[in-house]
Amino acid sequence: MKSFYGFIRKEFLHIFRDPRTLLILFGMPIAQIMIFGYVVTNEIRDIPIAILDQSKDQATREIGNKLISSGYFNLVMNLTSLDEVEPAMKRGNVKEVIVFEPDFRKKLESGIPGSVQIIADASDPNTANLIVNYTFGIMQDYMKQYQQGKPNIITPEVRMIYNEGLKGVYMFVPGTMALILMLISAMMTSISISREKELGTMEVLMVSPIKPFQIVVGKVVPYIVLSFINAVVIILLGFFVFGLPVKGSLILLLLESLLFISLALSLGILISTVSNSQMVAMFISLLGLMLPTILLSGFIYPIENMPLVLQLISNLMPPKWFIIVIKNIMIKGEGWQYIWKETLIMIGMTAFFLLVAIRKFKIRLE
Amino acid sequence: MHAKHIVVRGLTKKFGDFTAIDQLNFDVFSGEIFGFLGANGAGKTTAIKILCGLSYPSSGEVNVAGFDVYTQTEQLKMNIGYMSQKFSLYEDMTIYENIRFYGGIYGLGRKELHAKSEQLIRKFGLVNERNSLIADIPQGWKQKIAFSIAILHDPKIIFLDEPTGGVDPITRRQFWELIYEVSGNGITVFVTTHYMDEAEYCHRVSIMDEGKIVAIDTPNNLKSSFGAANMDEVFVKIARGAEK
Repeated sequence: MKSFYGFIRKEFLHIFRDPRTLLILFGMPIAQIMIFGYVVTNEIRDIPIAILDQSKDQATREIGNKLISSGYFNLVMNLTSLDEVEPAMKRGNVKEVIVFEPDFRKKLESGIPGSVQIIADASDPNTANLIVNYTFGIMQDYMKQYQQGKPNIITPEVRMIYNEGLKGVYMFVPGTMALILMLISAMMTSISISREKELGTMEVLMVSPIKPFQIVVGKVVPYIVLSFINAVVIILLGFFVFGLPVKGSLILLLLESLLFISLALSLGILISTVSNSQMVAMFISLLGLMLPTILLSGFIYPIENMPLVLQLISNLMPPKWFIIVIKNIMIKGEGWQYIWKETLIMIGMTAFFLLVAIRKFKIRLE
Repeated sequence: MHAKHIVVRGLTKKFGDFTAIDQLNFDVFSGEIFGFLGANGAGKTTAIKILCGLSYPSSGEVNVAGFDVYTQTEQLKMNIGYMSQKFSLYEDMTIYENIRFYGGIYGLGRKELHAKSEQLIRKFGLVNERNSLIADIPQGWKQKIAFSIAILHDPKIIFLDEPTGGVDPITRRQFWELIYEVSGNGITVFVTTHYMDEAEYCHRVSIMDEGKIVAIDTPNNLKSSFGAANMDEVFVKIARGAEK
């Protein structure tokens, strides 16, 4: 047991003496949260637009003002003819042009629908979609006001529950947490084990009386501790910087995080059994874990929109289940009864990876 | 005759259809420097792994330091030391931290570790470097420190797997002085090497080829029986003989 403590102390020495490791361990989580929080966001703000108003009446002016005062749009140009539309778009500083037809208000008053053309720059399709939807929403809002008192229109009352403000943090904090825990736990353990192989110290450890499982556990314990600290830091950052509450049980959330950390660590051990150098371990971790985590876990792209094959594959991605679990706990405030299935899947995956890793570890010894 | 520290009888190791080691028989005596030679792929590494308790034989009897490799690997490991061509020290730790770590693995107490590290630091005149990281210590010293740490727990046998690969001649010479010193203290040295001049330093050498020991004797006897001027010629003659 004493030799085991010595082993863990040695691991901590490695970690604290390597500035790069420290940077990855503690710099990356904070940097990523900040980047995802401030840069990668689906919310739109101050989109440059132009208006071609061929009617110039009260209605078109009111709609224009409504758009600009919403804060989503910024009027950068008033156009005078349709010929100016394309050049304005091509110069790239206008993302959307709104064209009102002549006699817009007159038509409205006489009961004929007035038409508005919305031209959006779809070189970035997602943003174009968003912009158009926002514009459309504002215009409908105006129509409601205009038609006040007149019957026969449907007024849907929309309420976005669980995330009333449609804030992006609600999506990216759970995703980033999964990404970081996955990366740190799996990549760092696989690198630290394969480093011993690369340096030749693994041979010496193997020849010594210390047992293989003690080596593995000794390697893993420091990263469990540090990853757990990271999980707490991310939750705190989400709360204090981005105002993301933890509606459900904090203890449950931390326990689930611990489970996911173990899952990632067992993957890390597995990776280290197939790689003999730190480089290989890092590449496998980055390509094999980071990309699927970002692309297939539902972190950024909704799983429901994927082709069936990818949807099936996404079931194999451990972060997918973790993201579902933490979203349920943090945002919906649900308890154990809603996440036990996902939890069981993660426990199953952990057990599976550990078994395979231990088998592989033993085979290598032979 | 000295006590036998390694006893090998009919040792065979097969990987599937491939026979890596075929019916080895040899003894190594206490305090002896035993050279274990052979071309790459001759089966040396497989044999060392078995002797160190890392891998089980397919058949045969192997007893190392008085312990059976099938059933007593734990006691066996406590009584052997191991060092390879790669430096087995952690570069980001100091001499004392390395000593404390490796000594700790073998269950050495704090007081003992402290005394041993003091002794080691003074022996190599590294008093001023006691707190510097291994990375900052000259290459030649690292080798000697690694060797000293490998025998920190007073093993009966030390296995050296090409310990002087990639080391300059002077350091190699100094390293062999250390080997003689520990052998004089009664520790058995089991060493593999590709340098034939080093083979001359051994008390006895065995030469392996295709999983079999083809020659085993003192360097002088080998030279005279093969009519060779030095071990290099002996080795070449054996290798040629195997080709025919």
